[in-house]
Order: sequence, then structure tokens, then C-alpha cells
Amino acid sequence: MSEVLDRNTGIGNKAGIVDCDIHPTMRSNKELYPWLAERWQRHLADYGAQPRTPFTTGTQYPKAAPATARRDAWPPNGGPPGSDLAFMQAQLLNPNDIAVGVLAPLHGAARNNDLDAALSTAVNEWQIEHWVKSDPRLKASIVVTHEDPDLAVEEIARRANDRRFIQILIPSKTNEPLGRKRYWPMFAASQAAGLPFAVHVNSVGGGYASTGGGWPSYYLQDHHINVHSFQAQIASLALEGVFEKFPRLRFVMIEGGFAWLPSLCWRLDKHWERNRHEVPECKRPPSEYIKEHLWFTTQPMEEPEHPDHLRDTLNWIGWDKIMFATDYPHWDYDDPVTAFPIRLSNAEHTAVFRDNAVGLYGL
Amino acid sequence: MTQLPPGAIDCDVHVAVPAMKALLPYMSEAWLEMITSRGTDGLDLASYPNNAPITCRPDWRPPAGKAATDLSLLQRHALDGFGTKAAIIHCLWGAQAVHSEDLAQALCQAVNDWIADQWLDQDPRLRAAIVVPVQSPVYAAQEIERKATDKRFVQVQLLAMNEMLLGRRYYWPIYEAATKHNLPIAIHAGSAMRHAPTSNGWPSHFTQDYVAQTAGFESQLLSLMGEGVFNHFPTLRVVLVESGVTWLPAFLWRAIKSWRGLRGETPWFTQSPGDLVRKHVRFTTQPFDAPGADEVNRILEHIGADDILLFSTDFPHWHFEGNNALPPGLSPDLIRKIAVDNPLATYPSLKETLS
Repeated sequence: MSEVLDRNTGIGNKAGIVDCDIHPTMRSNKELYPWLAERWQRHLADYGAQPRTPFTTGTQYPKAAPATARRDAWPPNGGPPGSDLAFMQAQLLNPNDIAVGVLAPLHGAARNNDLDAALSTAVNEWQIEHWVKSDPRLKASIVVTHEDPDLAVEEIARRANDRRFIQILIPSKTNEPLGRKRYWPMFAASQAAGLPFAVHVNSVGGGYASTGGGWPSYYLQDHHINVHSFQAQIASLALEGVFEKFPRLRFVMIEGGFAWLPSLCWRLDKHWERNRHEVPECKRPPSEYIKEHLWFTTQPMEEPEHPDHLRDTLNWIGWDKIMFATDYPHWDYDDPVTAFPIRLSNAEHTAVFRDNAVGLYGL
Repeated sequence: MTQLPPGAIDCDVHVAVPAMKALLPYMSEAWLEMITSRGTDGLDLASYPNNAPITCRPDWRPPAGKAATDLSLLQRHALDGFGTKAAIIHCLWGAQAVHSEDLAQALCQAVNDWIADQWLDQDPRLRAAIVVPVQSPVYAAQEIERKATDKRFVQVQLLAMNEMLLGRRYYWPIYEAATKHNLPIAIHAGSAMRHAPTSNGWPSHFTQDYVAQTAGFESQLLSLMGEGVFNHFPTLRVVLVESGVTWLPAFLWRAIKSWRGLRGETPWFTQSPGDLVRKHVRFTTQPFDAPGADEVNRILEHIGADDILLFSTDFPHWHFEGNNALPPGLSPDLIRKIAVDNPLATYPSLKETLS
């Protein structure tokens, strides 16, 4: 018996699976020009997006592979990985029987909020024009200028009635902890539109060191440590009382893993109980809000030394809160057939690979 | 709680510097003059505000004044209270967080001499960690040399968050000196606040700062392994103190996966993070961060090693009620290992001096 071949897959399931993290890329940022004012085209050409890193375009931690991509994900037409729909269809969507793929464009966050807002609008148009119109399996994310929530709310309003957009998307490293009140207008808009608020891992945020003890030296560290931004965001959201204020708000935590969640919940609950007079806005144990309001995507799947241990973790979190994602075309792509180190029951498989996302996004 | 076995060792208790005045007798005339003339004081770490619940259990607080400054309370509640044969003192104070390397050196020297005089000399059950001026690894190594001959100092103390991550080669003189004297490096919760506590900046609440300490510890383990510290110092032992424990399995699962994919970047990183941690790293048991016996036992199975936990009360920090210092659900055999065997195996100086 083969552990891999006997495992459940989406293939053969007529309904297909949902992939909650696909990265479309541009051949160049000129693809955005149709929606970008001349002023911003020139700004990008002359100054770039002013990253909070030492380099104009390169990353501060050299990645595992060129373009952080699977080595077989470079399209034959010469563009970068994730830039060619036909190749994505042939390599990802068709063979894996992906019925719905959620696009998560990583457009970064320009320091100039007005530029960022212009870019957000352009990226949203680009998702529809270059991807969703050509393949309705793909769904778009509303990227927004999270550091200027008023501008973000305008962008959300522009898209909220377009069902091709199924979530709002921001990076995990914001300039301030996400529970802060200045971000709340975005949550109000998210709740009002019934659109989940998605947070995708990123490496460079507001420029704070990626650990409380300074900067790592290696991608090996940076790649791991970025998940801590999710832990900090979850603590902030719960303790600042965001879920008391927005009882129908739903979050999706993308590419941050999930195995750390039970321990975080235990720790948060304990110290919340101890320090309740410091955080009166958080009226219930933080884990209760987390259980009700947060969903997590699977990639990069944590891999226990003894695979069965993963089942403890999933039982603690709840099988209804985990959604499968590939992270195509990145190097640490999770294959739907082999990603789970344990065998899932049919019910578990259906929940994680399809029904949880269908329910959350109303697909 | 299940009874602690005879000979139990408490690997984390706290004493606090009452005020700068207490240290003045342990300073050179020049520093005495410098510090008094400038009114230098108020160096309690913001990681542990005196009145915060975490800093002192209500029934362990002195009637007045600062927590953890009274020997008789330490004796009554920690040493006699748990019947421990020995307890290791950590003194968390601003000496490790001031910006001047010279001031840091003077303050650390004073703190260590004060610890020896006011605590170790007063109760033979007490042991301590050497507080080193991490701001200057050269000075830190000198301080290790100065105190290592006193076998009651059983390890070297660093904070969980400093200027740079602790694996950086800048810090290696500290590990050189520690391994020369067979002293473990204790990394204790707390921050010198050189950086925001999270990569998203400064949270609104102390509670968030404290919860985020685990991220600081994870980052240090990755740094120590990634930079090759355990390759260069194969006998080095690191004790994570007040770090929490239940985050460890998920940390290893991700670290091992990343290491498999990315180890080419750090060719010296040839052993799995799981193997390295089990070989070199120890954890004190308070706080453990699990709600009940079932979770504790699942996590222990995930960790898969019975020699990496060290018993601690973390006196007077408030993590548990009554005498329930041990995580629930441990077998008597494991309790003996955690309370006696593992500390003795971790601290050579302790083994040497405990008759």
C-alpha cells in the first residue's frame, strides 16, 4: 500500500477543490499602466515604490530560488512564474481539478499612500482583465492601501458589489498592530460587504525588525519568523476588542501555517484572564473569538516528525477552520495530493479541500 | 500537586534590585560618584512592571515595597514552600539594557557581587546566574571569568531580546567563556527594547508584549542554529527560562521543514533542528502554557524527549495557584527527571556543589 497513492485527492471528485492561495504576477509593471495615471507611471519609473529595504528591487534575504518560484513554473513564453494564464491552467488548475482558485497578488505596500492607492486600484482592475475574465474559476482579492484606511474603504466600496472579488487582502506586516482603532474603518467595510478580510504573509512591513531581538541573517530564519507577525496580529485583534465591535467580521490567515495556533490560544487565554483589567475590551477568552472569526490556509503545511501528531493540532483548531492552499507558483508549493502528511477521512478531506472555503466565501 | 521528590531543584526564582542605592557598596568610587551625581536610577525592566500581575503572585507579595526583594519571603514561599534542595536566582534588571557598555559593565559587576553577598551568602540552597553586560561581549566574557570561580554561579544570563539576535558571531566571545567554564547560557524572558516587541510595531498592551515573548525565543533558537553556534561550541547548553513550552513542537515542525528546503544556505547546519534542540536546549517548566493534563501529555509526546524540561516555580511570578507548580498529568518518574535528574545533568557546577 502506498501512503501517497492511496491518499484522497480532489481528482475524481467531480466538484473539484478550492485553492486559497495562487499568486498571479506581471511580466512587468507596465501591465498596470492602462489604469495608472501618468504621474504614477513616471513616479514608478523614476523612484520605484520605495521599499523599506536596502535594495531597489532585490530582497534583503536571497530567496530559495529565482523569483521565489518552483523551477518548473517558468512559462515557455519567457515571462516570470505566475504570469501566463494558459501555463497556469495547464500546470496547476486543470491537473489538480481546481474548481476555484483564489488570487492573492503580492503588490507590496508603497510608502507613498497615494501611490499605493493608485496601484491597488490598478492591480484590482488587472486581476479582472488579465485573469478572472479569461478563466472564471479564478476569483480576485481586493488589494487595498491598508495604511490609509480611508483610501482602503474607497477601494472596497468600488469592488464590493462585484462578486468576482471574494475577499479583501492585506499583508501580514502592517505599520502598527492590526487591532489598533485606526484600521477599524476597513473592518467596518469588510463586515458590511460580507467579504472576509484576508491577511497574507510578507517579509517587509513597516520596517520594524522581523524579531523583537533584531534582524535575522538568513532566509532560513526570515521565512520562518514571518509567521510571528500573524501571532502578533491575532493577539492585537482579540485584545483590542475588534471582534466585540465587529461581530460578523471574518479573517483568513494565508501562508502563515497553523500548528502554532493552539499554543498561542492557551497562552493568550491564560494571560487575558490574569490581566483582564488591562484589556477590558476583550470580554471573552481570546480563543473563543479566534475560533469564531479566523480561518487558516494550509500552505506551508507543518510537518511533524511523527505525522500523526498533526491530527492533534487539527483537532485542537477544528477541521472547519482549515482551508487548502498551494501557494502556486512559489518554491514551497504544496501539492494537493502529497501536502498532508496524514490520511484524511472523506469528511475531513471535503471540508479542508472544498467545503470550508465554499462556506466562508459563499462560493 | 503531585509531591516533588527529595532533592528537587528549582531552576528559576527571582530576586530584584530594590533600588540603585543597594548596589552602591559594590561599585568603584568613580562609578559611585558618577551614578549618584547624575541621579541614575529607575532601571527596572519594563518587561516586568512591579505591580503587574505576572510580576508577583498576590500571596507572595511583600506587605510593602517591591516584589522579590525579601530573602525571608523567598525562603518561606519558594525554598521551604516547595521543599527544594536548591534554587537558581535570576536577577532581571536594567544592567543588561542600558546603552552604555561601560555603565552596563559596572552595573553587572555590582549586581553579581550584590547577589553573592545578599543572597548566596545568606542561604546555602541558593544558586545564581551571572548577569553579563551583553552590550559588550568582551566585557561579558570578562565578567564570566570574574565570577566563574564562585561555583554558586551555575550559568550565564541573557535576555530573550537584545540589540541583535544571539547567534550572531559578535556574541561568540560570551559562548567561548561560558563553555570554557562549562556554564550553560540561560536566555530569560525579557527585552532590552532595542526593537519593537513584534514585527508589526508596538502593541497597546503589556499582555501582548508578554505573549510575544515566545516569538523572541523561537527567533533566538533559529539564530543560534542557523549561525552555527552549536557547531562551533559543541558542548554549549542553552536553557530557555520562562519561555513557555507548548510552542516547541509547532516550532520544530516548521523549522525542520524549512531546514530541509533551505539548509544549502547554511552548509554547517547539518543536524536537524529537532536533534539540535534536544541535544543542546533545555526549558524551565513555568509557564508551560497548556490548559490541562491531556494537552500537556500530547505536547510532551510531540516533544519526544524527557530530558529537556527543568522544574521551576518562577517565584514570585504568577503562573499558578497554591502548590501546583508542575504542569498537570506528569508521571512520578517524569517528575523526578524534571525536578532532579535533568537539572543535575544541565548544571555541572550545581552537581559539584550539592552534597
